Amino acid sequence: MALQPIPSKAPAASNGAHSVQPIPVVLNGRTLEANRRMPLNLDWVDQVRVNTSAVERRAATLVTRRTVKKDTQAAWLLRAIACMDLTTLSGDDSAERVKRLCAKARNPLQRHIVEGLGIEDLHLTVGAVCVYHAFVETAVKALEGSGIPVAAVSAGFPHGLSPLTARLEEIHRSVEAGASEIDIVITRAHVFGGEWQALHDEVAAFKEACGPHAHLKAILGTGDLMTLRNVARASWVAMMAGADFIKTSTGKESVNATLPVSLVMVRSIRDYAERTGRAVGFKPAGGIRTAKQALDWLALMKDELGRPWLEPALFRFGVSGMLGDIERQLEHHLTGHYSATYRHPIA
Amino acid sequence: MSIAEKFYTMEYGAAPEDAKEAVEWLERHHRRFEEFIGGAWVTPLSGEYQTTSDPSTGEVLAEVAKGNTDDVEAAVAAARKAQPAWAALSGHERARYLYALARQVQKHARWLAVLETMDNGKPIRESRDIDIPLVARHFYHHAGWAQLLDQEFPNYTACGVVGQVIPWNFPLLMFAWKVAPALAAGNTVVIKPAKYTPLTALAFAELAMEVGLPPGVLNVLTCDAMTGQALVEHPGIDKVAFTGSTEVGRTIRAATANSPKKLSLELGGKSPFVVFDDADLDSAVEGIVDAIWFNQGQVCCAGSRLLVQERVAETLYAKLRARMETLRVGPPLDKAIDIGAIVSPVQLESIRKMVDAGVAEGARCWQPKNPLPEKGSFYPPTLLTDVHPAATVVQEEIFGPVLVAMTFRTPAEAAELANNTVYGLAASIWSENINVALDLAAQVKAGVVWVNSTNLFDAACGFGGYRESGYGREGGREGMLEYLTPKWLHALPAAPEKAVKLETPDEGEEFAAAGSCGGQETPATAGQETGATSAHSTIDRTVKQYIGGKQARPDSGYSFPVYGRAGELLGEAPLGNRKDIRNAVEAARNATGWAKTSAHNRAQVIYYIAENMMQRRDEIAGRLAAAVGPDPSEAQAAIEVDLSIQRIFSYAAWADKYEGVVHNPPGRNIAIAMNEPVGAIGILAPSEAPLLGLLSLVLPAIAVGNTVVAVPSERYPLVIGDLYQLLDTSDVPGGVVNLVAGRPVELAKTLAEHDGIEAVWCFRSNEEATLVRAASIGNMKQVWTNDGHEYDWFNPAQAEGRWFLQHATQVKNIWAPYGE
Repeated sequence: MALQPIPSKAPAASNGAHSVQPIPVVLNGRTLEANRRMPLNLDWVDQVRVNTSAVERRAATLVTRRTVKKDTQAAWLLRAIACMDLTTLSGDDSAERVKRLCAKARNPLQRHIVEGLGIEDLHLTVGAVCVYHAFVETAVKALEGSGIPVAAVSAGFPHGLSPLTARLEEIHRSVEAGASEIDIVITRAHVFGGEWQALHDEVAAFKEACGPHAHLKAILGTGDLMTLRNVARASWVAMMAGADFIKTSTGKESVNATLPVSLVMVRSIRDYAERTGRAVGFKPAGGIRTAKQALDWLALMKDELGRPWLEPALFRFGVSGMLGDIERQLEHHLTGHYSATYRHPIA
Repeated sequence: MSIAEKFYTMEYGAAPEDAKEAVEWLERHHRRFEEFIGGAWVTPLSGEYQTTSDPSTGEVLAEVAKGNTDDVEAAVAAARKAQPAWAALSGHERARYLYALARQVQKHARWLAVLETMDNGKPIRESRDIDIPLVARHFYHHAGWAQLLDQEFPNYTACGVVGQVIPWNFPLLMFAWKVAPALAAGNTVVIKPAKYTPLTALAFAELAMEVGLPPGVLNVLTCDAMTGQALVEHPGIDKVAFTGSTEVGRTIRAATANSPKKLSLELGGKSPFVVFDDADLDSAVEGIVDAIWFNQGQVCCAGSRLLVQERVAETLYAKLRARMETLRVGPPLDKAIDIGAIVSPVQLESIRKMVDAGVAEGARCWQPKNPLPEKGSFYPPTLLTDVHPAATVVQEEIFGPVLVAMTFRTPAEAAELANNTVYGLAASIWSENINVALDLAAQVKAGVVWVNSTNLFDAACGFGGYRESGYGREGGREGMLEYLTPKWLHALPAAPEKAVKLETPDEGEEFAAAGSCGGQETPATAGQETGATSAHSTIDRTVKQYIGGKQARPDSGYSFPVYGRAGELLGEAPLGNRKDIRNAVEAARNATGWAKTSAHNRAQVIYYIAENMMQRRDEIAGRLAAAVGPDPSEAQAAIEVDLSIQRIFSYAAWADKYEGVVHNPPGRNIAIAMNEPVGAIGILAPSEAPLLGLLSLVLPAIAVGNTVVAVPSERYPLVIGDLYQLLDTSDVPGGVVNLVAGRPVELAKTLAEHDGIEAVWCFRSNEEATLVRAASIGNMKQVWTNDGHEYDWFNPAQAEGRWFLQHATQVKNIWAPYGE
């Protein structure tokens, strides 16, 4: 099944000069398909080569090689909003808290900013709202009619150490409750032990539990995995097991999404696409709080994977606080003076 | 384009760096710059000016003085005048000036970066993040050397006035690499920036005025290449440092051949970038980007020759092509540009021509589709495949954003291909297996080796090349030594001007050899009485050449008589010619196992030479007595032999002690600075002490793993006979020491011209030193001479140790970043 071109959110061209085409999912000239499970190929896991210091140098200089200014910066920040999984994953989450989040998801920017930027026709929303299973129904209801999907962290999040049957059951329930995206965390011990088949089986089971429609985002817990080679190997196994997205972190580890980790995962996605013709999405999560960071990650995706990976179908930020900083930056773009946090509605 | 449309296209927009400050600075100078001489802006005596342009637009930025030889005179005079007082400052005082300069560079970093980018065309990211921070780093580091000079270099003093010529590719960075060590050591400087890129040097001159650098300590002379040549040739210059093309390096070597000016050359390269099948290929691709698309490929150490293991070649090429599509070529002041402008239309044309010629020779050319700016000098990133070692584009430096790629099958072939070049500046090696990487790092002939990285620089780590990439190092301790000279050197007596004329069979009927001290001629004919009477006692002494561990008759079939001080015939020595040298060099080159022998084993062999010499002490001294003086010559000969034994012991001791260091450059990084042997060294031995002088040069060379072809002095070439018996009985492998007697002046020329010889040491007359320097330009071999002085070989403080070992080795810095 060829992956459907992504209908990009774009302006209804006022003067008709720029008719907007969907973004085809292409890598180096090759049209890609959606990912699906394949048998574990241990050679690909064994062939992983990651030179940590070289990766760190590339990650460090990537952000000094790329910058966007003025209107382009504004446009890129809007892109970050479109690719945002607006998230609340706190122990003290409540239904009201989730509703508030959903309201912000529908209207991520204040009206005067939307009008100032001239983007009314974009009907910009975030990419998804991400909550615990317990709040899936609340979120689905709150987002009704918006087209914004609900993502559920599931399967014993954030530790992922409850019995497998319980984790699968939780996924079933989340899907039944209306979640169209399921974020699960892999068993990190499988990575340490090199139990690749077990890891493959686990992720494949999660994917199957998602059913035909819900997307699976496999969280690798990169802060726990510690080494970039572990990150790459886990990425490969998760992709072969059919994950639709690979995601860095739960947000609960001591180290969350970093650029070197992201670079390694993105390169794995690229190699996997070249070998299989299948596209896998990427979601950095945790620790990304500023508009500047959003731009760094967007540049990473654009330069390493290309334009299709700037669409929410293939790229998401897992964030809770970044939207506020973006909103402030956009206001600054419009007014030329720096805004204060309290001037913007919280999520 | 509306924001909504930009949201859809997600292209990078323009992100220009503000050039306001730099433009205002140009305006303040009315876009016209004078010479910086004696601490002030001075109208050029030539009255002429030349322009410098922004290569990304072609627009003229400013007029700059175009000095002539009168301006050279003025600048050198100013530097000479300032030098004694500058050298007389305490190290601490000089350190404070250098520190102030470092601070000034940091305080004005952005202005300097913008100005550099405007004048040179390099991306602002590079000038901002790499060039200028390294400039500041270099001055900090050398402020430190100035501070520590007395402690760390107690027996050294400044060279004097230094003439420096720098290229256009890293204008201010090369300026810093030249000026900082020179000033730290107590030299004063006349520096000629490149014609295309003079502005940051002039800006720096202004910073020097601000910190109150004493007038004349730093002189910036803008001029054309011809006048630059006059600068390096000027008799008031004691040391020349040049960075640029090998071609110009050759010219400078030849032009300075007739003087003992110290010379360091940092020249071209065609550095290999080796990717093994177990490399992190994505990271290797980024390494290639940093290797050949850094500064538009206008980098002497650019990794311009890609060598990929066959198994992964197509995969790597595919990744590389994909990456090239995302390289952004455009206005260099844009902060999101990867590749800026080529420095000048001339250089652009030269790149075009070379690529066209490569394609005509069969190379497949691949360039990404990215558009180039319509005006200005731009060239796209280029990959040439289907090339072979014989292709011009593989052999010659293109000095542009052009990569040539070839494959190899085995590590041995990788080493062979990597070294299949006349250059030897740098190498980059990619493998996740440290055994594989370090094995090749040890084999590759290059001054800098980057493992899983490329184009890393630090002021503490020496930088410089092997082979035709030049000699001398910049940065670190070894870089400081380029600007220092032993304190005792200039107090030594002068070496003779003229070479001894040795009359030999094919020159006439009458034979003569010099015998007196100082190499002066003492003619004595074969018919002389003393010669006739002593003939009987020497008739059974047959001395041959010693080549490849065997005694060999001279190719010429001639011998020449050797006379003692009293004119008596001591024996006959073989008359070597160029074919003997050829055979000896071949033997020396085949004895490469010596360099790989463990230092401990070399030490044992050398101790054993000393032991065997002790056994024959009286015998050797007895024969030597006839050739040395003054009276009583027996006593002097005995001293010379005893000191020789000590000297051999010294170098046996040094063999396993003259070791490298480990640098800790920024980041998780080690740089291993290894002292490697230079290779095959030709030695022209002094006549002052025929045995001790010869051994004082041969021993340091072989102690660290070199092989030698040595020509004993004409005063006592029979020493070969004593030495080969020693060498044979001491387990010295054949070919490590080769001894060829003959006319030194003739053999010196052959040795200096021989491309199989990596260095020539000439400790004889000034005439021979000049000849050797001039003849060395073929393969740019290192030349070391007595600098116009006769060494005191009997003084161990001057005649042995580190001073000699430094010349016997070259430093290879192997950078090994680490981390998991």
